[in-house]
Amino acid sequence: MQHTPFDLQLLNACAAILLLLSFAMLAQRRIVALVNLLALQGAMLFIATMLLAWRTGQNHLYVSAALTLGLKVIALPWLLHMLIKRLNVQWDSEPLLNVPGTMLIGLVTVVFSFGLAQPIAELASTATRNSLGIAVAVILLAFITMITRRKAMSQVVGFLSMENGLFFGAMSATYGMPMIVEFGVALDVLVAMLVLGVFFFQIREQFDSLDLHHLESLKEDQ
Amino acid sequence: MAPIDSPLTLSLALLACWAVVGAAGLLRPHSVALVGRVLFPLGAIVGVGLAIVAALSLTEPVEHATLHIGLPDLPMHVRLDNLSRVFLALLGSASAGVSLFAAGYFRKGEGTAPGVMGLQYHLFLASMGFVLVADDAYAFMVAWETMALTSYFLVTAQHGIPEIRSAGFLYLLMAHVGAIAILLSFGILQGGTWLFSFDAMRESTLSTPWATAAFLLALFGFGAKAGLLPLHVWLPEAHPAAPSPVSALMSGVMLKTAIYGVLRVTFDLIGDPLWWWGLIPLALGLATAIFGVVFAAVQTDMKRLLAYSSVENIGVLFTGIGLAIVFHGVGMTELAALALVAVLYHSINHAFMKSLLFLGTGAVLHATGERNLGRLGGLIHRMPWAAWLTLVGVLAIAGLPPLNGFVSEWLLLQTFLFSHEVPQPFVNMLLPLGAAIVALAAALAGYVMVKFFGIVFLGQPRESSLAVAHDVDGFEKAGLVWLAIGCVLLGLLPNQVIHALGAATEQLVGAAPNLAGQSWWMLAPLTERDVSYAPLVLLAVIVAVVAATFLIVRIVYRRPVRRAPTWDCGFGRLDPRMQDTAEGFGQPIRHIFVSFFEMERDLPSPHDQAPRYRVKVSDRFWKGVYLPIAALLARAANSVAWLQQGRISVYLTYSFITLVLLLAVML
Repeated sequence: MQHTPFDLQLLNACAAILLLLSFAMLAQRRIVALVNLLALQGAMLFIATMLLAWRTGQNHLYVSAALTLGLKVIALPWLLHMLIKRLNVQWDSEPLLNVPGTMLIGLVTVVFSFGLAQPIAELASTATRNSLGIAVAVILLAFITMITRRKAMSQVVGFLSMENGLFFGAMSATYGMPMIVEFGVALDVLVAMLVLGVFFFQIREQFDSLDLHHLESLKEDQ
Repeated sequence: MAPIDSPLTLSLALLACWAVVGAAGLLRPHSVALVGRVLFPLGAIVGVGLAIVAALSLTEPVEHATLHIGLPDLPMHVRLDNLSRVFLALLGSASAGVSLFAAGYFRKGEGTAPGVMGLQYHLFLASMGFVLVADDAYAFMVAWETMALTSYFLVTAQHGIPEIRSAGFLYLLMAHVGAIAILLSFGILQGGTWLFSFDAMRESTLSTPWATAAFLLALFGFGAKAGLLPLHVWLPEAHPAAPSPVSALMSGVMLKTAIYGVLRVTFDLIGDPLWWWGLIPLALGLATAIFGVVFAAVQTDMKRLLAYSSVENIGVLFTGIGLAIVFHGVGMTELAALALVAVLYHSINHAFMKSLLFLGTGAVLHATGERNLGRLGGLIHRMPWAAWLTLVGVLAIAGLPPLNGFVSEWLLLQTFLFSHEVPQPFVNMLLPLGAAIVALAAALAGYVMVKFFGIVFLGQPRESSLAVAHDVDGFEKAGLVWLAIGCVLLGLLPNQVIHALGAATEQLVGAAPNLAGQSWWMLAPLTERDVSYAPLVLLAVIVAVVAATFLIVRIVYRRPVRRAPTWDCGFGRLDPRMQDTAEGFGQPIRHIFVSFFEMERDLPSPHDQAPRYRVKVSDRFWKGVYLPIAALLARAANSVAWLQQGRISVYLTYSFITLVLLLAVML
């Protein structure tokens, strides 16, 4: 069996932890903990990017890493914590029905993702190509997180987690997107976050709650 | 890039000036003084400049340019050829009068703030100009949609009124349905090259079915904008809803961009239309003309009446286009050129006369606050300027010589007279019928205009509140005078106008009416026949007869003029309510063309102490075409409505399933 270099092993470990964190988010029912998990996911992403930058010597990856650190580990979780405090929802927990069922769906999704990533990974020339399956899995798991939640705040966390997955996917397939795209995406996420923050206040003002099932009343009657 | 002093550059600069003038209104949006007294007159000056640039460059070669504005790597192509120049001249000259009038028209506290209104108005003008110079589908559609949107906002200026909002919605809906058809037409015209510049479309050759499809889509799309039957329903709703200067622009100028579009696609982009295509716009045009004029005759709202009259004129224009296509298709290019000249001439004429009439109604509306014909009357005493200037427009649109409306309708009828030479047996038998219908529509248009002018301005005021009506002054008067002069000059100098329009037909069908060797005051469109028209001589005769009559009466009848009440046939006191009403005037038409209307009538019983007569005339197309389509759409929408669960997690699941399926299928 071929010996994998130590730094690549580290990288794979990071990827594995990312996936693990995604599962943790799927099962987590407290909002504050969910945000912390997101920050942790960001930190893993940061470490992975640094490792990759160091390994491949691609300077722009350092910038990406710095962006990740600033935005996903510090700014966004901080913003979310602020919001949670301002909205006074830190004690909210959602009765996430049937955790084992969700987990099973998650497992199927991961298998599907790896199957999906296999042909692409064979085409890619990067050292990290094996992590592509993990990236797709992170995206789809984040999607499932969003589907199974009822609180607006968790939807946003799921959305940001999905962005993490996309970022990781781009990194493992092609050593990151062009700088300009990355900046754009980073800015988009930040703006989306701010806009959603405004929406939270509006939603709460309207319905006295951030529970999304209130929004069902907005549907047009037949 | 074109040189800096070329007509194309100048035209584009003037269009940009309109945009700047509009934007300047935002500096002080609530200031009537700035927007009304400064910006609208500036807009009028720009319009005059545009008309001059376009008219003077008529014989110059075609100009191209590429503008690197908008999206990166997607430049806009512009082109100035004779067809564009004719319509730019129309836009500039007619809008100058409207802008002058608007300078005095907009007041404080009526719907949208004047500054915002000014921005929408000038962007509307600039986008219409850009439609005329656009030379690729992208630039064309951007300008076309800007035109639709700005005019939508102008129509809904008084958005507090629910009827105006719904009229605006109907307008926007039809505009978009039409725009989709135009877009699809361009999609076919590119002919597999995937180049959307008009140059590529000119060069691509299409098989007959595809070319026919492109033509029909363009006819549908532009017909929706123009108000061609059965796509006319928005027009009588939206045009009256807008403030009068906007109605004037929409009826007078915007409808002509649709005529431009049809001409551009048919004769330029497709290039060689088949002769039988022409029968479609011909038949639709005739139907539209007769339909529009009959409905105009029974209206009781003066602006709706004018809007239906616009429908009629659009019908006449499409009839001319149809004739031109037929003639061109069978190789009679001289006659095709004559038909096209009639179309272009009538477009310009209609721009002037309909703008003049709509502005006249605007003056009446401002003076009295009343649009219902049943509450007006006798205004010629209170508003002599508005009345006499409107009379010019009324006579012109009724097709009376020596004004302009006569010339273009006469030209169209002249063209019809030669249709028996078309080498298609059934067509040349049926076409004279078309001439009869055009003549009928023209005659009925005269009837409609007598009704319009007579009931609004003549007789006795039907309401006491009309006694305080004030006449137009300042800018409003100037705008009306400008348009009236246009109507007169276009009527008196047909040779010069036709010569100028010949430059455009030369480009479209490769021939121009042969006026060489004719005296400048005598119009004889086809020299081998002995039909001719000399407006100046006619004018001189009219003046002489009137002067002679006046003098003779003066000489024979020497006593002073005596004023006395009308003879009341012994019935006792006559009051203004006994005058003929709008309903009464339209009754014969309603009776003759009864099958056109969907009528609801309340006839009071003879014993009723307070009898009320009510009649509501509505459009059969509404019930017959639009409501079934709407019901069908609603049913289709309802059948998929269960998809809308109102729950975010369900929507996310849709996305998730779609994503997974796509990934699984594609990889």
